[in-house]
Parts: sequence; structure tokens; C-alpha cells
Amino acid sequence: MGRKRDTLLAAVILLLLWQLAAVLIHADALPRPGEVFADAGRKFLDGSLLDDLAISCIRALLGIVLALVTAVPLGLVVGAEEPLRKRLSPFIYLLYPIPHVVLLPLIIILFGIGNLSKIFLISLIVFFQILVTTRDAAKEIHRNYFYSMQTLGATRRQIYRHVILPATMPKVMTALRISVGTAVAILFFVESFATTRGLGYIIMDSWGRADYVSLYTGITCMGMLGFSLYMLLDRLERRICRWNQTN
Amino acid sequence: MINVRAASLSFNHDGTSRPVLQEISFSIEQHESCAIIGPSGCGKTSLLFLLTGLLQPDSGVIEIADGFRSGTILQNFGLFPWKTVYQNVGLGLVLKGEEQSLIRRRVDHLLTEMGLAGFHSHFPGQLSGGMQQRVALARALAIEPEILYMDEPLSSLDALTRERLQNLLLEIWQKKKITTVLVTHSIEEAVFLGRKIIVLSRRPGRILQIVDNPDAGERGYRRSELFFHRCINLRELLKGEDGGQET
Repeated sequence: MGRKRDTLLAAVILLLLWQLAAVLIHADALPRPGEVFADAGRKFLDGSLLDDLAISCIRALLGIVLALVTAVPLGLVVGAEEPLRKRLSPFIYLLYPIPHVVLLPLIIILFGIGNLSKIFLISLIVFFQILVTTRDAAKEIHRNYFYSMQTLGATRRQIYRHVILPATMPKVMTALRISVGTAVAILFFVESFATTRGLGYIIMDSWGRADYVSLYTGITCMGMLGFSLYMLLDRLERRICRWNQTN
Repeated sequence: MINVRAASLSFNHDGTSRPVLQEISFSIEQHESCAIIGPSGCGKTSLLFLLTGLLQPDSGVIEIADGFRSGTILQNFGLFPWKTVYQNVGLGLVLKGEEQSLIRRRVDHLLTEMGLAGFHSHFPGQLSGGMQQRVALARALAIEPEILYMDEPLSSLDALTRERLQNLLLEIWQKKKITTVLVTHSIEEAVFLGRKIIVLSRRPGRILQIVDNPDAGERGYRRSELFFHRCINLRELLKGEDGGQET
């Protein structure tokens, strides 16, 4: 309960600061929160914003999920199997620091300008974040856990299921939380071209029309989208990593 | 039941080979209780790892009679923090593919026996050190082993908890007729629990002496004069190997 209250308090403080800044700066480029929320409320009620919110949400979520289901298994195997780690880690080190957004032209050629290439770019970037964290987490599992499993006669498969996967879960969840921020940032980037739907488009379009209230409605919605994803992950983490909160 | 002949072991560190154990020979009969003691770093744990098959000797023979199940308690990190007490204790049975009803029956019984009834769904991190060690013991016993290997199972506990658990180990050994091999650095523990005490030299570990201690196995032994004498003798034997300065 305390956490909820704290979050609410933080939201109120941020809104007050926003209000204060809007009054002080007194420019069209920073409308007051009241105007923005009235605009957002109206667009929610007439349904014109729901489409954009939904499509953005789906793009971000699919991007993260796609990255998750590919990066976690690969990261676990690379981290836990030493020969594989030695072979593949150099590739990861070389490929990870590349700014993957620059691959967008190539991705568009391969996957077209539709949703697929947008989702693919989000997942490509998030993929590396999760891969590196998962690999490191799998590498750092204390070897006594493996010895314990061996004395119980476990197969390699059972070791993955009972040790490697659960042991790395807290770090995977942390990587996921970080990746939400990244995913939303990339979401804006991929929605700023070749589309007429999504929160990123709303923001770019309003900007072009100098409609600053709409612009901030888009920004606020994007913030809310990221926040909801955080909350979702928080829930998930408390379920999956229940043991980790008990110490 | 256990027969070790001229077993030697060395570890490779950066290309140089360091001997850990040299020409170790001893045997342990069925239903025997054996303590392995020596200065820290002497290779006690490595010797236990050889017995459990986690390590292989460079030369020499280690024979364990066929068809006997063994349970092992390793030092620290033995329990899985992400598994509840129930899941930890039942793990060996789950890995063997036993039926749920059998697992439930046996785990419930063991938890009651170990004074852990009511802690089924606790995680190890929520338990005291003494309780964690009882969980580890219950897990090793769950597969109904004929041989029980223990690596300093009580070393992290306070004196009274330690004494209580030593009595519990004694009870288990008497009641279940399990052949036990206990690695310890505590002189009192070795004399109290080991009817045969294998004394190792400092690294590389050789056998200094194998002490027969036929009176071990009675609760009252701890307070007898004979016990103190044996402890003093053992202390003298180890002192020469300690290498530490007299203060």
C-alpha cells in the first residue's frame, strides 16, 4: 500500500512542477497539464485516441516478447555452456555496441514499411540488452548449485529447468524493466515515419501542425504506456521471483 | 563398502599442476561412521568430491559398492533459494521421476522428523541457519540413501544449534543405519560423530593417521573423560600440521 501511495505522491508532485513550469515559461510549447488532460479525456471518450494507444501498445509488447523468447534461451545456453560461451561471446561483444537503429533501411527492405519492421527493430535492440544480461547471469551461478544437482543425479536438461532458469530470473526481470524504457524510445522512433497510426505518429503530426496540446497528449499517453508496462513487469516479478523478496 | 586405494589428485592453475591429495588409502565398512578432519585447505572437500564422483582422481582407485544410493550435503549453496522447503526436500525424488503421492508422503514424513512441519512453503532465505541445515539433511535423506556424505554441514552454526544437530545426526545414523562420511574442521565434532577418524596433513593432503574411535555413537560420550582425551590427542596430532603461529 505504501508503494502505491508513494507513486501517487510522485505523480502529484510532477504535475505540480509541470503546472509551475507552464505558468512560468508561459509559452505555447508548454501547455498546462489541465488542458492536456482535458484533451486526452475528450479523445479517449470519443475513441479517437484508443486506436493509436492500442497499436503502440501492441508494437511495444510484441517487440519485447519477441526479444524475450529468443534472447533468454540463447543467453542461458551461451552463459552456461563454456565452449559455446567462448565461441559466441566475441560475436556478442562486436554486435552489441552497434547502434542498431541504423539498420532501419535494411530492415525496411527486408520486412517492408508495415508493423513487422517496426516490431522487428524494437525487438532487435531489446534482444541484445536481454541477451547480455541473461548470459552474464547464467555465467555467474555458483558452481555448488551444479554440484548439488549432480549429486542428486540430475540430467543437463533438469539442471536447466531447476537451476539455470530460476537462478537467472531476477536478472532477466531487471533486464526486461530496463528494456521497457528502450522499447518506448524506439517505439517513438519507428512511429515517426511511414505510418499514420500510433502515439509516435500523434506526437510527430501534432508537432508539425504546432498543436502543442495534442503533442503533450501523445507524450503523456506514451508515458502512461511505459508506466503500465513497468507495473505489469513488477507484478510478474513478484510472482515469479517470490523467493528473491524474502531475504 | 567404500574403498580408496592410493588416490591422488591435483588441480591445474594457469598451466602449473598443484597436488591436492597424495596417495590416499582407506576403507569404510557398511554402517560405519567416518569423519575426515585436517587443517583448512588440506583437500578434505576434494576428498569428499572424489567419493561422491564429482571429481575423478588422477591416479589410484575409488571403489564404492554397487547399487547403493547416496545422499550428499555440500557446504553452503546446497539448498536452492528459489525452491520452497518442500520443493528442495522433494527435488531428488522429482528428478528421479517418482510419483507425486510418494514424494508428498516421504517429504511430509521427513519434515516432521526434522522438526520442520509447518515450513513447507517457506523459502530457505526465510529460515535460520540451523533450520536450513535440517532442510539440507532432509533433502539428502529423501532418496533413502545407504551412504550419506556431508561437507562441513554444521560449520556455520552457533554452538548450541550445532550440538543439537550433531545429536540429530547421531540419531539418524543409529536409526537408519546409514554409512556416513563427514568432513569437518571441528575436533569435537569428529570425535563425537566419527567412529573412524581420518586425519589429513596440510596441503597436499596425505593421511597422517586413521584413528579408531569405537565409543562414538552415544549421546553421553560428549561428556565423558574418554571423549576429552581423544579430543586432546587429536588436537596434538593436528597442531603439527596447522602451520599457524603459536600465540
